[in-house]
Amino acid sequence: MSLCFSADKLKEVQQIIARYPEGRQKSALLPVLHLAQQEFGGWLSTEAMDYIASLLGLQAIEVYEVATFYSMYNLKPVGKQVLEVCQTGPCMLNGSEAIVAYIYERLGIRPGETTADGLFTLKTVECLGACGYAPMLQLGKNYREHLTREKIDELIAAASDRPVVATT
Amino acid sequence: MGRKLLLEKAHVPGIATYEVYRREGGYRSVEKALQSMSPDQVTEEVKKSGLRGRGGAGFPTGMKWGFLAKPEGVPRYLVVNADESEPGTFKDRYLMEFIPHLLIEGMITASYALGSNRSYVYIRGEYAWVAEILEKAIDEARANGWLGKNILGRGFDCDIYVHRGAGAYICGEETALLESLEGKRGNPRIKPPFPAVKGLWGCPTVVNNVETVAAVVPIINEGGEEYAKIGMGKSTGTKLISACGNINKPGVYEIDMTISVEEFIYSDEYCGGIPAGKKLKACIPGGSSVPILPANLLLKTAKGETRMMNYESLADGGFATGSMMGSGGFIVLDDSQCVVRHTYSLARFYRHESCGQCSPCREGTGWMEKILWNIETGKGKISDIDLLWDIQRKIEGNTICPLGDAAAWPVAAAIRHFRDEFEWHVLHPQEAQQRNYGLMHYADPIHVPNPVMA
Amino acid sequence: MSSETNNTVPGVKVTIDNITIEVPAGTTILNAARQIGGDVTPPAMCYYSKLEGSGGKCRTCLVEVAAGSTADPRPMPKLVASCRTGVMEGMVVKNITSDKVKEARAGVVEFLLLNHPLDCPVCDQAGECHLQDLGYEHGKEGTRYEFDRRTFEKEDIGPYIQLHMTRCILCYRCTYVADQLTDQRVHGVLDRGDHAEISTHISKAIDNNFSGNMIDVCPVGALTDKTFRFKNRVWFTKPVYAHRDCPDCCGKVTLWQRGDEVLRVTARKDQWGEVCSHEGKPGWICNTCRFDKKSAHDWVIEGPADVSRHSVISQGHYQQLQTPKETLPEVMGGRAPKLMMDIHEVSEVNRIELSQLPGAATGKDFNSPTDQGK
Repeated sequence: MSLCFSADKLKEVQQIIARYPEGRQKSALLPVLHLAQQEFGGWLSTEAMDYIASLLGLQAIEVYEVATFYSMYNLKPVGKQVLEVCQTGPCMLNGSEAIVAYIYERLGIRPGETTADGLFTLKTVECLGACGYAPMLQLGKNYREHLTREKIDELIAAASDRPVVATT
Repeated sequence: MGRKLLLEKAHVPGIATYEVYRREGGYRSVEKALQSMSPDQVTEEVKKSGLRGRGGAGFPTGMKWGFLAKPEGVPRYLVVNADESEPGTFKDRYLMEFIPHLLIEGMITASYALGSNRSYVYIRGEYAWVAEILEKAIDEARANGWLGKNILGRGFDCDIYVHRGAGAYICGEETALLESLEGKRGNPRIKPPFPAVKGLWGCPTVVNNVETVAAVVPIINEGGEEYAKIGMGKSTGTKLISACGNINKPGVYEIDMTISVEEFIYSDEYCGGIPAGKKLKACIPGGSSVPILPANLLLKTAKGETRMMNYESLADGGFATGSMMGSGGFIVLDDSQCVVRHTYSLARFYRHESCGQCSPCREGTGWMEKILWNIETGKGKISDIDLLWDIQRKIEGNTICPLGDAAAWPVAAAIRHFRDEFEWHVLHPQEAQQRNYGLMHYADPIHVPNPVMA
Repeated sequence: MSSETNNTVPGVKVTIDNITIEVPAGTTILNAARQIGGDVTPPAMCYYSKLEGSGGKCRTCLVEVAAGSTADPRPMPKLVASCRTGVMEGMVVKNITSDKVKEARAGVVEFLLLNHPLDCPVCDQAGECHLQDLGYEHGKEGTRYEFDRRTFEKEDIGPYIQLHMTRCILCYRCTYVADQLTDQRVHGVLDRGDHAEISTHISKAIDNNFSGNMIDVCPVGALTDKTFRFKNRVWFTKPVYAHRDCPDCCGKVTLWQRGDEVLRVTARKDQWGEVCSHEGKPGWICNTCRFDKKSAHDWVIEGPADVSRHSVISQGHYQQLQTPKETLPEVMGGRAPKLMMDIHEVSEVNRIELSQLPGAATGKDFNSPTDQGK
């Protein structure tokens, strides 16, 4: 199999498995899938899921069932930066729709789309638990809160070293 | 003003580190419990405190602990529910982010009471950096002898692990959470058996919310009876409220459940009123699942009494004229907001988060979302409003887990209290695309009938 | 918790729709009701007594518990899934005597049919479909759903089983079959909520000697027998019991025949639509019996299968067909409808009497005279 964790990451997998009692290593599936997504390009290919199945001694279908259930696992390739804009109630009250529209204006992508240069993917997501700091989005491991057009500009500029022009 | 038991020290510089936390009196409850109390005595104090689950259902925590089965030779588990995903709720994140050791301390004491040698924090996957904060705190606690083997030389072993979810609201339901912790899809289990008998890996398990477990610390430090003196009625102690929506000061507030809703919204100590001179139209006081109330019913009960920020008062009037404390996610809508659009957004949320096991929830949530979208975009019919009412009624109570109810209630309450706004959308489809319905009569004083003398 | 103490007691008395019955402690309400039978038995779409862990999901078997037990006679606040709720001494259950139950059940039927394609005319399950029965017995005459129905990408899961995801009601029974009868499960429920689906994710052939039982447990036409696909309507076929000495399974089957031809082989089903038990063991059959033994010579015929006289399977055969009343002239106010085109003027294809054919219709039967000349 061409896909494989590095020795370091394999050690991390063992540490994750050790959090659970003997024989309960299926419990490690969610954290190990997070690790796989992070290591293998931001998404989980069938090959990656099969690898995790063999690593944890599971049937492949058990991994597919779990990976497709949880919204954080990407089952298709995504851009380098995934902008996940919360659109649920409280964020909506504070203008999340305008943020999505502004990202479209800047990058020419609608929810679910990736820029042609593969740099950005826009996703709308449901409540991320930052309702008091709305509108907000998740970028990688971090939250960007109290969003404004200026903050979106900064964020785009920081992620791409060249000015981004709308690509409609 | 009100006493703070959880967040009092949350803003002491460096409180997230072990040294500062310990210096400020941290881990006293573990010392007290392990050195001078039996596990049953700890449970007894929690019972005396009147503490109710802070996750949403408000079930008495001591009673829940008392249900835990204790068969010989079978491990027992404490699992902390940090899957905080209810729209409007972000209090647990705040607590874990600012004062992580409080949760760890509460977990050690609770684990001691329950006999759990291996306890887990199930945290929502998106809170990745919070998981790291907790893991650092756990490492510090372990390094200082509060976790591991033979804690304080009292023969009690305990370790704590953080388990990250991966994006599923349903995993906040305790049995779905356990499934997810076992590495499966987050499909809620059919109860009985309850987790107290058959939980994680088939073993007796207690699942408690973050805030609930943190509250064990002041309860043990001060004693259950002292804790019960704070608050009123069956709403004892303090409650974290996460306030959001159209208010001047969104954030997390610790209240002692003796203040009025009006004070909470308008006082500068809390939400600081509605921004830009707008008026209060409606509020969802306990997280998106609980019924929305128009301003008039929010501030006063149907009996004309002042509505207070506690379990009993928020629920006064039942679902006809009241709401619920829920998880404490306080969402305020000003008069420029559209209740139909907001309800649509919540319906979309529940459709997205339904696990798909039970047919009423799987099919009904999507149906409601589609109808609400039609009404919102001017394509609705008057009969659609009655249809929505009928759909929610057929979901409510007919599913394995409470997500069905949680999806039904917001729709029901929106129609119950804001039916004319729905009808206006249907009857004036073009106008409804250009402007919002506004405040209308929703803040008008409610006529309270004089009590009939017997 | 008190059910544990009940284990020592030989029987528990429970009253369902005013009929009292004594059943062993630990019996579910549904199974107690099945012992009474008739209308008292709630319908079940996902529960399957021979599959451990099944049930609780479809919500068609909801009943009202008017009294929990003699010890605690309080009613239960919500309707409960009778397939997963155990009886208690003195429990009082209302099924068809409860308006609440009837209404909730009609609601569940509407939900289950909401996204169902209603393609019964081309569905092989028609005539033995539990969803058809459920809709007929407990549903309303129409739907109030005005949106496009959900569709899925088609997936090929091998030479024997046809998967029609649009018809699936997500009962999970087939996944339990794979878990409990086969050594490896390659399919499962993927995705979640209203777009959850039965799939292998990678279009893998489900290849296992007992996989065919997934077809028998499927309550709808989501999983059908590819070797029988479009061959015939079940109500034209004659089901007979037969057996053979099979090294892998019980070998006791139902043959679905037309003339001498064996069109389909299934396990034998009981009155609840579940596979019959033989000597206390569920009569699952192997794929060899099901798919490969399609000659009457492979089998020892025992006699006609037990089919409920209410089933369409025992009705059919067009023997007592009544000619329907011609209403078109009435509707047209006496005028004759103007035909756009008479198909028989341009094609010979439909000039055959399907019901007169000795066996199943095949492509040859439809050859036009011009084809025959070639």
